[in-house]
Amino acid sequence: MRYILGLVGAVFSVVLLISFFSNVSTYWSSPPPKTAEEEFHLHPKHLSLASDGPLGKFDKQQLQRGFQVYKEVCSACHSLSQVAFHNLEGLGYTEAEIKAIANQWPTEVPSVNPETGEPATRKALPSDRFPAPYANDTAARAANNNALPPDLSLMTKARHGGAAYVYSLLTGYRNQPAELLKEFPAAKTPQGLHYNPYFANLNLAMPPPLTSEGQVVYAPGNPKPTVDQMAKDVAAFLVWTAEPNLPNRHATGIAVAVFLLFATVLARLAFLNIRNQKKATLVRETGVLEPENQAKSKRAKRKAGIDG
Amino acid sequence: MSFAWAKPYEPKAPLMRWLDERLPLPRLVYGAVGGGYPVPRNLNYWWNFGILAGLFLTIQIVTGIVLAMWYYASVDGAFNSVEHIMRDVNGGWALRYIHMNGASFFFIVTYIHIFRGLYYGSYKAPRELVWMLGLVIYLLMMATAFMGYVLPWGQMSYWGAQVITGFFSAFPLVGEPIRVWLLGGFAPDQAALTRFFSLHYLLPFVIAAVVILHIWALHIPGSSNPTGVDVKDEKDTLPFHPYYTAKDGWFAAGFLLVFSLFVYFLPNYLGHPDNYIPANPLATPAHIVPEWYFWPFYAILRAFTVDFILPAKLWGVLAMFSSILILFFLPWLDKSPVRSGNYRPVFKRFFWLLVIDVLILGYCGGAPATPLYVGLSQLAAAYYFAHFLIILPLVSAFERPLPLPDSITSAVLHHETEQGPAGTLATGRAAAE
Ligand code: HEC
Ligand code: HEM
Repeated sequence: MRYILGLVGAVFSVVLLISFFSNVSTYWSSPPPKTAEEEFHLHPKHLSLASDGPLGKFDKQQLQRGFQVYKEVCSACHSLSQVAFHNLEGLGYTEAEIKAIANQWPTEVPSVNPETGEPATRKALPSDRFPAPYANDTAARAANNNALPPDLSLMTKARHGGAAYVYSLLTGYRNQPAELLKEFPAAKTPQGLHYNPYFANLNLAMPPPLTSEGQVVYAPGNPKPTVDQMAKDVAAFLVWTAEPNLPNRHATGIAVAVFLLFATVLARLAFLNIRNQKKATLVRETGVLEPENQAKSKRAKRKAGIDG
Repeated sequence: MSFAWAKPYEPKAPLMRWLDERLPLPRLVYGAVGGGYPVPRNLNYWWNFGILAGLFLTIQIVTGIVLAMWYYASVDGAFNSVEHIMRDVNGGWALRYIHMNGASFFFIVTYIHIFRGLYYGSYKAPRELVWMLGLVIYLLMMATAFMGYVLPWGQMSYWGAQVITGFFSAFPLVGEPIRVWLLGGFAPDQAALTRFFSLHYLLPFVIAAVVILHIWALHIPGSSNPTGVDVKDEKDTLPFHPYYTAKDGWFAAGFLLVFSLFVYFLPNYLGHPDNYIPANPLATPAHIVPEWYFWPFYAILRAFTVDFILPAKLWGVLAMFSSILILFFLPWLDKSPVRSGNYRPVFKRFFWLLVIDVLILGYCGGAPATPLYVGLSQLAAAYYFAHFLIILPLVSAFERPLPLPDSITSAVLHHETEQGPAGTLATGRAAAE
């Protein structure tokens, strides 16, 4: 049987080596062409938020600004289907404020006319989720050059880089670099798409949503609404929509870690205690005449009340 | 039970004696938990991982049962029900993050446990069945983890299911019908989701049952030990309690501490962001990758790129399944009578080479299928098969092992500082003097 198995091993290994060499030779004879993505795609910029790190909490003031950006800009195209109006309590809004926000939300909630049974719409209530801007995906695509604006609730968990990615994407629009066009003439940004090196394939269907300072007017006492600031704020807001329990998770984590650290140390001490007790009271087999063993045996006898 | 120096069960409390005479349940539990079970006195910390695996199985079952109270296995509702758990259910986020990361840690622990067995030759006689039952557990774990990952019905859930069930269609003629039968349709859909949920709930209990067999079989010869030398008499052993309970206890607490750092501070570190996008059968993700613990196998699958007699895909699937199945033959592939790698200088080198090899395979399996990574996994996969099927039998035939210690005790006394409570053995004699 060992010979059969050895043969199986040899066959697999040989086929793998054949694959390897054919792989190497194709790579040699026709190396895969470089792509524009490989050369021009950028990793997200650095972004630091109050929610970062094991002690991170939300900066509610910033979340409110971010919500304002979402409400006034992004909500025209993007839904936020996992979040309900009443969740805004987490940003520090009062019940009355939330009621007003829901009531004045530009898109209404689908419902049924109680008299005719016909489909209808009504004003949103605090218990409703944020209504989607489009009735369905087809409508959303029709309005966006056949691209679908994704739901933003989980966006910062659904992309590598999270909030830093969203921030980089929003501030990353620019003209296509001349070197790119020179090297890859075929990679010219198609009509209706926009060049953005932070997007995986460099061109996306979303037109730059944040374009000028003051596009959103922040209440007095807040930082100046530069594009950069608005992008940061909305990224911070999207961290909250993706994980509203984050501060709670951090706080619980600290408590659990402290508890387990304490438990580990105590249990470790108990273990050492058991180990040393055995070592201290017992004689090794290497010979009773060894001084160390004699000392141990004396100590043990004294402890046991037998005269050494 | 088991070997000569095992202490048989002697019920002390009258109630226990009464019960034991009528229904030997106390005896069974005593034997199963290893009461009176003498353990080699020189076990090192690599022997802690079996208990840890049991701990994580328990964690998975407990959190899983509660999650199932809120989870809704429907293609339209599954994703949202998971988000409902994360947002609205009290402590739901903790429950889900524990279950999610618990699966990863279960695999970490099990991989260490398996490699412990590989290094110390734990698979050799008389523990062949312990080893093989362990492999059955491992296969069941992989099936369970795969189906569990499908349940949130995110993009990776869906496309992972698509790719993994697609393995079957590599087999000519019967492959496609089997795949359709397994999925209950031509692509993953409601039928597949419902049955995966059903099986994902069932299999952990099957695992628990096989774990019982695994430990039952272990308690016949007893644990091996870092020297691989058999226990000669009672002084080579210690009662499990209190020494090993204390050792397992503090180590488990420390390990849970590391686990909790992931759960509470890096809960999505081991996962893939695409699974926070609801499943979309019309949009294929740029890179479909399984969970990290499948990466070495995924690398082996993708390593076959040439249609050599058989189609490349079929080679890949056969090799991937074989990579685990050959481990069942290990007790007969490695004929060396010496168990522990400590006394096998050549084996030891190849063992560490294998560890590096599997790490490389794992890295390549998670990386995009570029020529560099595919080439690397081709070499690494070739070494993997050569290691078990060619090198190991040859090494075991030609290697000259180092001299073995006469007994566990004499080995311990040579390295007293490194090992457990040396000096415990002469109890009786010391008292007598
Ligand atoms: C005019 C409509 C429109 C507005 C306004 C808009 N978006 Fe978009 N957005 C889109 C479309 C369309 C896409 C899909 C792009 C694609 O896939 O090419 C998109 C995609 C995205 C993505 C996902 C990119 C990816 O990696 O797939 C993010 C993040 C995003 N938008 C954030 C925002 C934010 C934040 C705002 C508000 C500041 C906003 N968008 C405003 C239309 C819009
Ligand atoms: C659910 C998963 C598993 C659980 C709960 C589990 C549990 C245990 C426990 C408690 C022990 C005794 C303590 C120890 O030696 O570490 C043990 C021993 C062992 N296990 Fe596992 N195990 C699992 C999976 C596996 C797998 C996947 C394998 C190998 C493929 C395996 C192989 C072994 C072997 C060979 C031993 C005996 C080791 C020795 O004493 O030399 N186990 N297992």
